[in-house]
Amino acid sequence: MDLRNKKIIALGERDGVQGSAIARCAESAGAEVVLEVTHCFV
Amino acid sequence: MALIVYILGPVLRIINPVPYQCRPSATDVAHSCEGRNRENGATPTVPEYRQAQLRWSWFSGTIFELEMFEQGETRCYTRATLLTRCSDQPAVQDTLVSFDRRLIPRFVRLQNRLMINSTKQPVILGVRYFLAHTPGLVRHGSKPSRDLMANPGLLPSLTSHLRSFQDALAYPPHRAFLGAVYPDDLEHLPKPWYQVTGQDSRWSPHGEIMPEEEFYALLKIADDFDLLWLEEEFTREAAVALADHPLISDSDVKKLGAGIALSAIESQLKDSASALPLYLRDGRLVGCVNRAHQQDATLTPDVLLENLACKASAAMAFRTLLSPSLVSQNSSGPENSANCIDYVINSGEEAVGERYQRGGGNLGKAVAEMCGCVNATGADVKAFCCGPVHALVMAGALVNAGVYKKVAVVAGCSLAKLGMKYEGHLGLDQPVLEDVLAGMAILVGEDDGVSPRLKLDSVGRHSVGAGSSQQAIFRCLVSEPLERLGLRYQDVDKYATELHNPELTEPSGSGNVPLLNYRLIAGMATLEEQISKADIPDFVQRHGMPGFSPTQGHIASAVPFLGHAWDRLVAGEMQRSLFLAKGSLFLGRMTQLSDGMSFILERNN
Repeated sequence: MDLRNKKIIALGERDGVQGSAIARCAESAGAEVVLEVTHCFV
Repeated sequence: MALIVYILGPVLRIINPVPYQCRPSATDVAHSCEGRNRENGATPTVPEYRQAQLRWSWFSGTIFELEMFEQGETRCYTRATLLTRCSDQPAVQDTLVSFDRRLIPRFVRLQNRLMINSTKQPVILGVRYFLAHTPGLVRHGSKPSRDLMANPGLLPSLTSHLRSFQDALAYPPHRAFLGAVYPDDLEHLPKPWYQVTGQDSRWSPHGEIMPEEEFYALLKIADDFDLLWLEEEFTREAAVALADHPLISDSDVKKLGAGIALSAIESQLKDSASALPLYLRDGRLVGCVNRAHQQDATLTPDVLLENLACKASAAMAFRTLLSPSLVSQNSSGPENSANCIDYVINSGEEAVGERYQRGGGNLGKAVAEMCGCVNATGADVKAFCCGPVHALVMAGALVNAGVYKKVAVVAGCSLAKLGMKYEGHLGLDQPVLEDVLAGMAILVGEDDGVSPRLKLDSVGRHSVGAGSSQQAIFRCLVSEPLERLGLRYQDVDKYATELHNPELTEPSGSGNVPLLNYRLIAGMATLEEQISKADIPDFVQRHGMPGFSPTQGHIASAVPFLGHAWDRLVAGEMQRSLFLAKGSLFLGRMTQLSDGMSFILERNN
C-alpha cells in the first residue's frame, strides 16, 4: 500500500498495537498522521 | 552454602568495596564466562565446583549479586557483581575474593544474628475477595447512564436482560473469582458459561457474592453522612437479611435506622440533580442517594454512590480477610486480627474528594475504620489498573524496611464499569453480564515461614523512557525481571496478567484480552529463543489461564489470581507465579504513556 501523501488516522489499542506505534509506521511510509489515539477497551 | 553467601555481602563490601557505578571490562567478561554461562545457564566446567547465588537490592535501583564457588577441600572463593541501572546501560563489575573455608563457622554465627532481619522478608499472609450482584445499579454504570440519557426508551430492553441472583451465583467465572473453581478448569465447562446453572452457595473459599438487597443496606452502613436514604419497608427487610450475616455486627444493623418514607424519597427525586434513585432488578424503588453540596461537582449523587460502593465492597473483602471464622488460610487467627493491622493502602480507581481537592483520597483509612482497624492509618495509591500491583510492591517494601509489620492492600469496585459492554450482550440477546461489583483485600506481613514470598528483587516496572510498544512493556515487566533472577520463561508456573472474562468483552468486539497478553509473553519467549514458535500454543495453555474476572478495572489486572496462587504455593503445587498489570494512563489526558508493574510470588521454602 502506498501511503505517500495520504492523511492517516491512527487508532490504537492498549493491549494490541498502540496508536503511537501505528503513527510512527505510517509517517515512515510517507503519510501525514492527522489524529493519533490509543484506547483501552477494558 | 546459600546461608554463607547471604552473609558475604556486607563482608565483601568491607574487604573490597565495589564502586557504586562502573563499566564492564574485559576482565569482568572473563569472570562471567568462568562461572555460570549467563546466556543459556549451561553447567560450568570448573572441576570440583559448587555454586550458590544470591541477589538483592543494595541501593535504590542497584542489584548486588554474589556467586560462591568451592574448590577442593580448603579454599573457597566468591565473585561479587554489582549491576546498576543509574544510566541506560547496566554497569557490571566483578570482584573475586578468596577465603579459607575454616572461616565458615564464623559466617554461620553471623548469619544467626542476621536472621532477625531476614524475617522481614515480605510475604502475602492472605487474600480475599468480594462480589456484590447489583443488576439494579447497571443503569448507573457510565455507558448505560449516558445512553439512557440520550435514549430513555432503551430502559425496558436493558432491564429485561438483567440476571437473577441465582444465575449470578452459578456463573462459573464468579466462582473462579471467589476460589471455588480453578481458572484452568473453566476450559472444561460448556460454553456459554452464563447458561451453567445449579450452584446455590453464596460462600466460596475466597469470599462471598452478596445479593443487591443486602448490598444496598451495606451502602447505608458505609454512609456516615446520611447521604443514602432507604425506604422504611425495605430497611426492615434488609435488617432481617443482614442479621445473620457473619461479617455484619449489631452496630452495623443499627446504622440502618428506621428508613425514610417512600413519599419523601419520591419527592427528593423530583429534582434529578439532587438525588439518584436506587432500584432493585425488578424495578422496585427502594431508596436514593442525595448530593452533599448544592454547587460542588465532586459531591454529586453519582460520585457519592460510586465512592460509597467502593468503600463498602473493599471493606467487605477486608472483613472477610480478617475473619478467623471464615478464613481457611493460615493467616487466620488473632495475630492477624483488625487490631494488628498497621497500615491500609487503598488502590482503587475512585476519586474521593471535594471541590478544593478532587481525588483527595484516603479511602484506605475509611476502609480501615469500617473494619475496626483502630491501630491503623492508611493512604491511597493511584495508578489506573495497575494500582494494586504498585500498592503490593510498596506494602512489601514497608514491611521489609521494618516501618510496619502488617500492611493491607485493598481495592473496592468500579461502579462506572457496570454494563460497560451491554450493547454487545443485547445485540446477541445475551444477559447483561457486567452486573457485579468486586472488591479485594490482601495482607502483606513479615515472613512466617509458610506464606508465599513477595520477591522485592523481582519487581518489574515500565519506566518513562522504556517505549510504549507492547514489546517494550513486556520486556520491562517480564523479560528483565526473569533475566535478573536467572530464570527462564518456563520457570514461572503461571503468569497472571489482565484477567478479564472474555465472555464479557468478545460480544462487543473487544477480543479475548488475557489470550492476547499470553500470546505476547510467549512471543517474547520465542524472540529470546527460549521456546520455539511451535511451542507457543502449549506455552499459553500451560503458563496462562482463561480470563475469569469481571471487568472491574484495577480488580481485573493480575490480582484475581493471587488467591489461587496462594493456595497452590502453600500446598507445594506451584513454585512461582508472576503478576503483571498494565494501566492506561493516557485516558486521563495528562500523558500519552501507559504504565505497567510486575512482581513474582514464590513458594516459601
